[in-house]
Amino acid sequence: MRYYDAFGLEPRLTLDSADLQKRFYRQSRQWHPDRYSTKSPAEQAHALEMTALINDAFRTLRDPVARAEYVLSENGLEAATQRGKDVPADLLEEVLELNMALEEADRDQIERSLKQFERMLAEVDGQLAAQFADWDAAPSARTLQPVRASLNRRKYIGNLVRDAKKAVDAPRTPSAQPLES
Amino acid sequence: MFEIDFGKPKNDIIVGIDLGTTNSLVAAMGPTAPFIIPGPDSDPLVPSVVTALANGDFLVGNPARRALVTHPKLTVYSVKRLMGRGVADVRDELKLFPFRIAEGSDSVIQLALGNRTFTPPVISGIILRRLKQNAEEHLGEPVTKAVITVPAYFNDAQRQATKDAGRIAGLEVLRLVNEPTAAALAYGLDKRKQGVVAVYDLGGGTFDISILRLQDGIFEVMATVGDTHLGGDDIDNLLLRIALEDLASEWGEDVSTNQEAVQLLRRAVIEAKHTLSALPVAHIVFEYKERRYARELTRDVFNRLIMPVVDRTLAPCRQAMADAKVTAAEIDEVVLVGGSTRIPLVREAVERLFRAKPHTELNPDQVVALGAAVQASILSGAEEEKLLLDVTPLSLGIETMGGLVSKIIHRNSTIPASATETFTTAVEGQTNVLIHVVQGEREMVKDCRSLARFDLKGIDPMPAGIPRIEVRFLIDANGILQVSAREQRTGKEQTVEVKPSYGLTDEQVEAMILESIEKAEEDFAERQVREMRVEADNVMHAVEKAKQSDTWYELPQAERETVNRALNELMVVYHGDSHELIRAKIETLDEVTRPLAESIMNAAVNTALKGTKI
Repeated sequence: MRYYDAFGLEPRLTLDSADLQKRFYRQSRQWHPDRYSTKSPAEQAHALEMTALINDAFRTLRDPVARAEYVLSENGLEAATQRGKDVPADLLEEVLELNMALEEADRDQIERSLKQFERMLAEVDGQLAAQFADWDAAPSARTLQPVRASLNRRKYIGNLVRDAKKAVDAPRTPSAQPLES
Repeated sequence: MFEIDFGKPKNDIIVGIDLGTTNSLVAAMGPTAPFIIPGPDSDPLVPSVVTALANGDFLVGNPARRALVTHPKLTVYSVKRLMGRGVADVRDELKLFPFRIAEGSDSVIQLALGNRTFTPPVISGIILRRLKQNAEEHLGEPVTKAVITVPAYFNDAQRQATKDAGRIAGLEVLRLVNEPTAAALAYGLDKRKQGVVAVYDLGGGTFDISILRLQDGIFEVMATVGDTHLGGDDIDNLLLRIALEDLASEWGEDVSTNQEAVQLLRRAVIEAKHTLSALPVAHIVFEYKERRYARELTRDVFNRLIMPVVDRTLAPCRQAMADAKVTAAEIDEVVLVGGSTRIPLVREAVERLFRAKPHTELNPDQVVALGAAVQASILSGAEEEKLLLDVTPLSLGIETMGGLVSKIIHRNSTIPASATETFTTAVEGQTNVLIHVVQGEREMVKDCRSLARFDLKGIDPMPAGIPRIEVRFLIDANGILQVSAREQRTGKEQTVEVKPSYGLTDEQVEAMILESIEKAEEDFAERQVREMRVEADNVMHAVEKAKQSDTWYELPQAERETVNRALNELMVVYHGDSHELIRAKIETLDEVTRPLAESIMNAAVNTALKGTKI
């Protein structure tokens, strides 16, 4: 996988961010276009390509979610593109509750829902960490599927948190916006 | 004493240039530290003012600033505010600045100065050319390469316009560097092994805040936020408006349409503003047509007036800290840049926000140019330890269905950065696809800045949805977008035609440079012609003189005709502009008059011999 290769790393979902940062600086020192401005146009073009790759790779790998999405797509498993079309069955009740609270601009309920969803988000992150370790130990479609499921769930809950936060942060809006479908 | 010449190949010097809204500076790297190169008038600052005189010459800098009062209609200042912008963008500025926009300013503003028009990059190019000349005079060698600074929050079009200005001035722009980042370089903050630095840059027309992480010589920008229309100019305009109203009520006369009076009053309020940075009281004094207007302005009143301007800088600061994921407590050092940071109220606000005493050791007017010289030195390979990792200030997106923006490179991404998107056709046999690229943070295209439309051409006709065109968007180290495309299955490189929304096309820039190159060559050619005419004058004079002699009439008729013909031919080309043709005809004339010259010589010798006999 190119992004891992760029830093001489084995593809792993669990990464040491301090180590990654160090590698990023080292590679930047070697390839940044500033180091090639007196070189030939071909060398300059190569340095530009290398640095763009290093920067794109660092930006992706340092963020656990972006990193996991990258590994999924490299393995032909796209993360869900349609945001939250289907409500996960176990969330149905909470989602309906939040929707109603948003419609009625019931701030207390929105804040309760927000706390609840934030707790769920932390839960998913915990699951993801374990699933990352599973895939790292035995990379296969079988260990990658749960990562995909968790990512989709995370994205769905993330949207709920965002909508609830928006409603909490903007208390003066007379009519709350309906939940994005 | 003897000197040793190590025969070291001389590296081309790279200068650092701060092309500012109010003032511009050029700097170079010395043996130990960067230094500012002063102009011939020994002023380190070249005011960013240009006067286009009726005879075709330009005044730049201090002379042009003086001409603001005497030739307001031929003089332009603060042109940086117009760089990379469209007419609709600057409608508000036009009320406050005496810019005269000419007809036909569609994607590029055309400024009317007298009966000539100029684009902002050309005006900036004229300023850059002056800085280049100052540097050449001072350093005693040609200067062709430069690092130019831009506000960190400049968008693609504004950056491109700055690069164009460099090309127009005959400078190879090796890098555009963000002004706050340059300032951090100038302060040599890398001496501290690691830490977090905030750079607060309030200049004449722009505001930037950047948060950087320092680690063993690497300057990594974590976030940058700004406002390209916020600066000292806003304070000047505010004071000017109040003074104009006050003056109108006192004199019973509105002078706001009188350019000369407005410029004098503007100068008076700016002077008062400067005084208030050092003293608690200043006076706005304005004398015009034997009338006098004077007002006392205390710092307290001044502070109250400018508070809204200063407050506008605080929200971007908080945003930058949030983007960089740092709190005020985690910021180790604060650097102040730009002339407007001399204002005590600004310093207080910064100190309160970041809870740190800001650095002010370096002259805030000069620190950016000095930093540009450090970056120039990095590019020349002289500074192995230092490296700048900068970011793009604005998200890059493409227009999708329903006028929505799909972001492909997010703001604060380290540059160079790239993204790849795949496009296809919507109808059968479609041979081109138009991609609209925008910059900005909003979700709707209409709320973002249109950068350009890229036309992917020459797609092989296929059923709808079959072609897969992979388009690569690359933001280079200057923060400027490059786009390339290939058809995925054939691997065929697609032609991408760029239609910039604002700014000059490559051809237009090329034409502007060619114009100046042509002029230079024309000058050289002209000199050659002049020199050749002098030679022709000598030859013709000699022949005419020979024709007065007896020997001429002793020549055979045919020979005389040959000489006359050659003489006529030389006279014909004499007023032409080809020195080669003149030379050729001189040679022909020389050739055909040789017998005549010899005869004359012989005759002279004979006469001389005869003479001795007498």
